[in-house]
Amino acid sequence: MKAFSLYKKDWQSELRTRYAINALAMFILVTISVIMFSVGNEKITEYLTGGLLWVVIFFSAMSGLSRAFVSEEERGTTMTLHLLASPSTIFSGKLIFNLVLVFLMNFVITILFSMLFPSFIIKNVVLFLIAFLLGNVGIAVSSTIIAAIISKASSKGTLYPVLSFPILLPLILTLLELTKFSMDGNSVEASSVEIFVLVCYDVIMGTASYLLFDFIWKE
Amino acid sequence: MTDYSVELNNLTKYFGRRLIFNGISFNFTSQNIYGISGPNGSGKSTLVKIIANLNSATKGKVVHKSGEKLIEPEELHNYIGFVSPYLFLYDEFTAEENLIHSSRIRGIHYGKEKADHLFNELNLFDRRNDLVRGYSSGMKQRLKFIFALLHEPQLLIFDEPTSNLDATGKEAVYSIIKNELKNNLVIIASNEETDLSLCGRVIELEQFKS
Repeated sequence: MKAFSLYKKDWQSELRTRYAINALAMFILVTISVIMFSVGNEKITEYLTGGLLWVVIFFSAMSGLSRAFVSEEERGTTMTLHLLASPSTIFSGKLIFNLVLVFLMNFVITILFSMLFPSFIIKNVVLFLIAFLLGNVGIAVSSTIIAAIISKASSKGTLYPVLSFPILLPLILTLLELTKFSMDGNSVEASSVEIFVLVCYDVIMGTASYLLFDFIWKE
Repeated sequence: MTDYSVELNNLTKYFGRRLIFNGISFNFTSQNIYGISGPNGSGKSTLVKIIANLNSATKGKVVHKSGEKLIEPEELHNYIGFVSPYLFLYDEFTAEENLIHSSRIRGIHYGKEKADHLFNELNLFDRRNDLVRGYSSGMKQRLKFIFALLHEPQLLIFDEPTSNLDATGKEAVYSIIKNELKNNLVIIASNEETDLSLCGRVIELEQFKS
């Protein structure tokens, strides 16, 4: 409940300042436009559109999700949060905020991809939705803890994608594989190993982040 | 009212190789006002941050007790009211929204009556629905006192409590401090003679430099 109250505070603050939403919207618009200009009249393969989808998602996440902690640090309100809630509440509240943002962002990107790229055809929608759901959770959890780590650094903008890349790489590779499977129309059963990898990633990252946050937040 | 106590055990703080203070041992107890003084850079703010668990000591420890109950660091925020020049509230919210959000995040009911009383006492009642962005530095300082007092903490830590305040603001703050003294423990870090004159005992940080 306290974490949800923190999420509500962040969401109301976001609606007033448009700190992350504007950055995300512009990034999505620009990247998809650039891809479309680059492709021109060429016909691109469906696998390539699947790959491009996750590339856009990865870089969009890099441009907007760090705001959860960076905006607090830049406004000097980190200490205010310290005085309001326990580290676990703060991590959970920020995670809920990033989850909502990731789901909204990825939903918009996927809809735009299906409208603008005719070769982006998903044959097994259920498999894609499972990958989408687990992938979004993984991206949100990883981005939240990385944002907390980099928020105190002086070169936040550079550090965030650099630190995120190795952490998100196994997730993105598995998501690429599952997107390919869902485009091929493979069954959920046939893709169970990859789904299990995603579940493990989410659980490991979630647990490790929750345990580590106390130390990161204190100093 | 439960007694609140803070015990400093041999606290030492270094920033890199620079010693800030060394070997501070002290007991703070309820219904007293304590002062922490020293020249600029002597570590007053660092010490109050360590007491409030916002920073760590290089050596030594701080023990908080409410009655006989030992307070765990994760629960400490519920017992502390903190005012300092480096505490910032959310500019994009009004003063009242800041307090409503902070109460909800603490998991407590927003005490409108208490908030209105404090708004009146600190002369902010008419401006409570204005965005904090439009506040002067003195008004922001007054708002920090409401933020610190609303959840009725047992330990009040005021770092330079009267900075940016005009004469009326200072009077209001002194009256609040005297009132809080009846039940709570108050620690003031300041160099202002008038602030320190309220304190029963003062820790001089210059004595802990070797």
